[in-house]
Amino acid sequence: MSTPIQTTLNDSGGALSYPSPLKEFWQSFSANLGALIALIFFGLLVIAALFAPWLAPHSPIEQYRDALLTPPVWVNGGSWLHIMGTDELGRDILSRLMHGARLSLMIGVVSVALSMLPGIVLGLLAAFYPKMLGNGIMRLMDIMLALPSLLLAVAVVAVLGPGLLNTMLAIAIVSLPSYVRLARASAMTELNKDYVVASRLAGAGKLRLMFNTVLPNCMAPLIVQGTLGFSSAILDAAALGFLGLGAQPPLPEWGTMLASARDYIDSAWWVVTMPGVTILLTVVALNLLGDGLRDALDPKLKKLA
Amino acid sequence: MFSFILRRIAVVIPTFIGVTLLAFALIHMIPGDPILVMMGERQIDPEFYRAAMQRLGLDQPLYVQYGHYVLNVLQGNFGQSIVTQEPVLSEFLKLFPATVELSLCAMMFACAIGLPAGMLAATRRGTVIDHVTMGGALTGYSMPIFWWGLILIMLFSVHLGWTPVSGRIALEYDINPVTGFMLIDTLISGEEGAFKSALHHLVLPAVVLGTIPMAVIARMTRSAMLEVLREDYIRTARAKGLGRTRIVIVHALRNALMPVVTVIGLQVGTLLAGAVLTETIFSWPGIGKWLIDSISRRDYPVVQGGILLIATLVISVNLLVDILYGVINPRIRHAR
Repeated sequence: MSTPIQTTLNDSGGALSYPSPLKEFWQSFSANLGALIALIFFGLLVIAALFAPWLAPHSPIEQYRDALLTPPVWVNGGSWLHIMGTDELGRDILSRLMHGARLSLMIGVVSVALSMLPGIVLGLLAAFYPKMLGNGIMRLMDIMLALPSLLLAVAVVAVLGPGLLNTMLAIAIVSLPSYVRLARASAMTELNKDYVVASRLAGAGKLRLMFNTVLPNCMAPLIVQGTLGFSSAILDAAALGFLGLGAQPPLPEWGTMLASARDYIDSAWWVVTMPGVTILLTVVALNLLGDGLRDALDPKLKKLA
Repeated sequence: MFSFILRRIAVVIPTFIGVTLLAFALIHMIPGDPILVMMGERQIDPEFYRAAMQRLGLDQPLYVQYGHYVLNVLQGNFGQSIVTQEPVLSEFLKLFPATVELSLCAMMFACAIGLPAGMLAATRRGTVIDHVTMGGALTGYSMPIFWWGLILIMLFSVHLGWTPVSGRIALEYDINPVTGFMLIDTLISGEEGAFKSALHHLVLPAVVLGTIPMAVIARMTRSAMLEVLREDYIRTARAKGLGRTRIVIVHALRNALMPVVTVIGLQVGTLLAGAVLTETIFSWPGIGKWLIDSISRRDYPVVQGGILLIATLVISVNLLVDILYGVINPRIRHAR
């Protein structure tokens, strides 16, 4: 029940000096073992994605016709030529996963950016003009929240047509409300604080108040939400790909890879297992990372957990 | 009390109007000519084209079309399927019980595992049990459930042969849909083995669909319990010399349940979204599979109607949870 009291001593000694915010953040973040492991895993994933054309042993679409459904190397009949085995068309699974990481990370980055930036602007507008504009924006967000996110994404893709670009758009649209709500709520609490009043009295314009004064102080929860949004973007994109509504074959998107794997559950387990494990590990890592970031950036929340 | 309920309903009306606009816009945002898109590559003679145009009301100005659409919806007319020519609402009602049955069983599974797991983690805070449970919850929370379904099928259906791969019941049974709930209908029919077959078909999809809610419930229960266990009245109970189990179950759990129940209510949306994936994997004849099939068949009236019906459902359930919350907790009822 009792928590040990932590004392930090500055090596520099002498006068009391505060560590820089970045150092403080890192101290708090690196104390979290899970988040640290997640960061390392995610770093490796990014490297694999960035350098996939050079690191991957084979081309992701090259079909080795004489090596269809080769099992992974540690199973009888496997070979070092295809470490994770090959799929029904003889394509190297490891190479496809590495190239798929590029797609998944791109989907994550693009859809988070496409929803976070407009979300921040709309949220700030809603906080600064709470009457007509704010109410209008929030009602619109309520409507979008009335549908479960994956269903709304399915609806958007049903209209726009399947494909990678439309997947990113759909996910961005679907996750917009959470950023708007978060930005608005944190901006509202900041608005009543003395420094904002002081800045306003000093004659700062609305734009300056919004983006220079208030926004930097609202960033912590938004960054955390961005990380969690990244993981749900990857998950939703994979789900759309699995349903045949996302990235189209032969693109090595992780969910798309699973769509055709259903036919091989009784013969080639690796075709089913590998992409799924990759998705799961990536999403777990991103969620751990998000939790770690939240604890480090927002110590108030940590006490509650 | 009455005015509280009215106020809640009033807040929902604009949302509902917005959802009808969304569903209405859906069919108009399809790039290209909707009729040509729906009919595909087939040759269409101009006569048929005009008739289809007229039947769907597409030859009128947008606001008139929207007005007609809302009037129709209010009368329970959600359009007609292009493929089966059946009204969307009757198709929905026919398939809906299957989804409800699956979702209810998934929720029961989620609560049966999630609640005790969360309690266990909270009372053993910081121990290996806590870490393992929360690690499991994190994994469940991050699970791509379409893959989880495939893995379970691979393990339990293909390798062990314990459960069937798809459908609601074995083909040899012909069950009369009295309630639409297969578990109940098989009991009514009295056919031997039918109930067991239905149960076997239900287990895996329910586990798959219940995985994410289970993880959410476990996490929520743990944090709510930790909060409550710190309270003075728990210390008092302990000081009185009450047993540990009694304190946890009678004193702590009751007070920790409020946020957990809210979370359970909010999972309805998650369940419906998950149903799309789960039903597709297990060929479960519910509204999720119906919606996806309609999209691939370009049966847009069904997509439109289905989306609207599901949105209405989610809005109504959230409204109900809101109202129930006010009924249980007078402080919320009287807050402005």
